[in-house]
Amino acid sequence: MSAKEKTGWYVGALLIVLYAIVPVVYIVSMSLKSEAALSEKTFFPTNATWANYQGIFAGDGADLFLPALRNSIITCLVATFIAVVLAMFAAYAIARLDFPGKRVVLTSALAVAVFPVITMVTPLFNLWRQIGLYDTIPGLIIPYLALTLPISIWTMSAFFRGIPWDMEQAAQVDGATSWQAFRKVIVPLAAPGVFTTAIIAFFIAWNDFVFGISLTSTSDAQPVPAALSSFTGSSYFVQPTGAISAAAVIVTIPVVVLALVFQRRIVAGLTNGAVKG
Amino acid sequence: MSQVETRSAGDLSVSRPAKRRARGSDKARAEARLGWYLAGPAFVILVAVTGYPILQALYESLFSYRLTAPGDREFVGLKNYGVILTDSLWWKALGNTAMITVVTVAVELVIGFALAMVMHKVLGWLRPIVRTAILVPYAVITVVSAYAWQYAFGLTTGFMNVVLGLDDFDVFANKWSALAVICLSEIWKTTPFISLLLLAGLAQVPSDMTEAAKVDGATAWERLWKVTLPNMKASIMVALLFRALDAFRIFDNVYIMTKGAAGTETVSSLAYNQTISRLEIGLGSAVSVLLFVCVLAICFIAIKVFKVDLARARGEG
Repeated sequence: MSAKEKTGWYVGALLIVLYAIVPVVYIVSMSLKSEAALSEKTFFPTNATWANYQGIFAGDGADLFLPALRNSIITCLVATFIAVVLAMFAAYAIARLDFPGKRVVLTSALAVAVFPVITMVTPLFNLWRQIGLYDTIPGLIIPYLALTLPISIWTMSAFFRGIPWDMEQAAQVDGATSWQAFRKVIVPLAAPGVFTTAIIAFFIAWNDFVFGISLTSTSDAQPVPAALSSFTGSSYFVQPTGAISAAAVIVTIPVVVLALVFQRRIVAGLTNGAVKG
Repeated sequence: MSQVETRSAGDLSVSRPAKRRARGSDKARAEARLGWYLAGPAFVILVAVTGYPILQALYESLFSYRLTAPGDREFVGLKNYGVILTDSLWWKALGNTAMITVVTVAVELVIGFALAMVMHKVLGWLRPIVRTAILVPYAVITVVSAYAWQYAFGLTTGFMNVVLGLDDFDVFANKWSALAVICLSEIWKTTPFISLLLLAGLAQVPSDMTEAAKVDGATAWERLWKVTLPNMKASIMVALLFRALDAFRIFDNVYIMTKGAAGTETVSSLAYNQTISRLEIGLGSAVSVLLFVCVLAICFIAIKVFKVDLARARGEG
């Protein structure tokens, strides 16, 4: 590669970094603007203030934001856990065993992944009201499984297929019991795949908005994305821009940190599941 | 045949069944049973959480049913579908959705490919930085990205009107400019996904083929069109189909930015407004069913016309 070409690719790389972070930097900057400064129409705040963060953690917004944060964390963690455990068994069976209907399981996971979420909302909204699951955390966890299970099954079966399962038998030949062989050989090989899948499933649940606004109505179960859209300002005429921006930054931090820390694994997981299957 | 498919064909999981079946039927039966014990729970939940709602939506779409007046519930057959299909609102929503899908997927394929090329070529210390940065939009939730773009173009808050010299033009009060910003935020958020898929595809293009083409005097452009792109057809198809299906279901951006006002209604926001805002369960269900039919149609077209074998493109063994 010539020096000129190399420079070109480096400029391209810098453009990508800018592309990726500018909107995020902008929402951070909005969250640091005072109420009066929000109409400045500038990218960066002139006088940065923590007032918006104070507002959502201790002030007017706290009653709405803190329960929503708790709901989001509980709902997403539980949904991710259930999805990953169930998908782990399914993926093991798909990668390891020969059984009729293997293809049916994978195809239905694919079908559910492309299913329009809003189509589920109308019937669930009605049913949840009748059986008392409307505006409850379990009432959100169940539909979240429709979001997290398919991708978990696909991603994990891709990982599990890459595991050299014969090593387990080799260990048994060397004198290990089958449980020992499984625990000492297979589990360490499978763990990264399970972990990566959990992160991707958590991202997807954390991103949900449709179920959040349709199946909840109060701070009993409302997750953060839905709560963001129901923020109100300090008076009817004041837009809650600052509070929304601050809350947006808070929900973004954990997932961006996760993405940055486990960058390599997430890329492998996304592309394995989608391209190599 | 692409690299993706040949790789999976040589996979252990494909060659294993033949070996297993020969071992006797008792063992095969026990294995089948264990397979279903393990995969069954996930399968049952998948079917239940989506199968039930679609059947229920089909059923309820046949009734005139409003939640505020449940006593007036009445079987009306296909009348709801007639009402929707003759309403210009539906066709506008369908048109908007189709337009958003075509525009975002086309732009994303081009930008996504450019990003993938850069990520593929950049070496050294910048490489991990670029690959990390690209995950930021993927990790940011759609609602937050929608707010960021809305504020950037907002009449009272945004710096974009100043940058673009639009003065007091309210971007979100005009259909086309509002749709443009909706598309922008969708593109920003989801291009990383496409570019990662394309990057995986690029990595599978055999480098000796591009080298050979170079030696034979092919220009960079010819190498791109005649060697690189044909060799990554499978991952392009997968990226295209998955993004198209995803874009067709667009909801979050529209809800945050306009709530469907100024003629920016999409099929998903129409279904939401009928059901949750207006509590018209019958009409809302019918819109949901029509959306489902559209998604099925996209899948069907992709499989028949573009000959995407999804299971194989995804390497199912």
